[in-house]
Amino acid sequence: MTTHPHRKVIIIGSGPAGLTAAVYAARASLTPLVIEGEPSSTSDQPGGQLMLTTEVENFPGFPEGVQGPELMQRMRDQAARFGAEFLTEKATNIDFSGHPHRVWVRDDEYTADAIIVSTGARSLMLGLPNETSLIGHGVSTCATCDGFFFRGQEIAVVGGGDSAIEEASFLTKFATKVTIIHRRDKFRASKIMQERAFNNPKITVRWNSQVTQLFGEKKLEAIEVTDTNSGATERVALGGLFVAIGHRPNTDLFAGVLDMEDTGYLVTQPGSTRTNVAGVFACGDVQDHTYRQAITAAGSGCMAAIDAERWLEHQHATTSK
Amino acid sequence: MAGNVVTLTTTNFDETIKASSTPVLVDFWAEWCGPCKQIDPVIREIATEKAGALTVAKLNVDDHGDIALRYNVMSIPTMIVFKNGAEAHRLVGARGKAALLADLAAHLA
Repeated sequence: MTTHPHRKVIIIGSGPAGLTAAVYAARASLTPLVIEGEPSSTSDQPGGQLMLTTEVENFPGFPEGVQGPELMQRMRDQAARFGAEFLTEKATNIDFSGHPHRVWVRDDEYTADAIIVSTGARSLMLGLPNETSLIGHGVSTCATCDGFFFRGQEIAVVGGGDSAIEEASFLTKFATKVTIIHRRDKFRASKIMQERAFNNPKITVRWNSQVTQLFGEKKLEAIEVTDTNSGATERVALGGLFVAIGHRPNTDLFAGVLDMEDTGYLVTQPGSTRTNVAGVFACGDVQDHTYRQAITAAGSGCMAAIDAERWLEHQHATTSK
Repeated sequence: MAGNVVTLTTTNFDETIKASSTPVLVDFWAEWCGPCKQIDPVIREIATEKAGALTVAKLNVDDHGDIALRYNVMSIPTMIVFKNGAEAHRLVGARGKAALLADLAAHLA
């Protein structure tokens, strides 16, 4: 067991929210430690959800677009330039009950006056029995990683949000046909993304449909699609299935400590990033189920760093009187 | 040589996995795969630390898709441990160093 030097600020998570908080906190000479997470093939990895995307077209300042992983690397470099430090591990436990706040990475203990929680959200899976064993064998959560292997095949994408449609559009580069399977009769995705899907001759949509079974022993061979209105089922032969059905906030670590909604999103005080625990701030997708954009996450990361800085100043002013 | 990561090609693949006196960990990767890039430094550290007990090699699936196809690699990163030329263990998806070492522990010479 190792205890590390005390810090003013620890940031847990390293998507646009965490890294923007790191830039601001570092420029305020708070030398934040960013516990950035571990490599993974899901969005729960250093850099967050943008690490699994390709072209980002709506981040201001990049008129020609920017690759998601490149944008995240630039944010990380910017934070490092001003003195942010990084730990490429996952926080495994926390104790926010006293002072200082404590965070563990396995047996290593880190302490700080203020904590910024920016653990983001991870992709949901379908929850079908053999889904996990078929990941890497026809079932995928990362179109940019795996699309290449489905050249010339017919595949499907499950979901109806921006990420589902972005994946479907990307996958048409490789696949002969991409079916979007969506449980509702319209998409949640933005209009521009929807138009892109409707105008792509390789994309077809199955509305009001759910994937209810996966067939295949060593490799995905077919899926069962159930019509949500009639209950009718159909077996559809497929080479690959990409899952993009939405996200759940990464808040298991904070259960019983930080206030959260029934859906697991952290609750912050209106107009701020303050949680119910003094000195603990939350920003990005972990507390936002409405906007969930890189730019809104970055904005709230900036708010969290400023809130933390002001809180630290206030603490210092009160204790030194 | 300690800590070396072998670059596999269609020409040296079979020979490398068969001739090695230690298990061989083959990392199937590509330039456009973000998670592959994240685990690259982890793989290289393991190569150095486990030199003598494990041979670490990388195969670019863009350049040598035939080999990826032969082993039914449909997702990257995929890491396969070969013993005497035969597949002994397969790991699909990126993970941190501690998790990767735990997964490999049973297969180290």
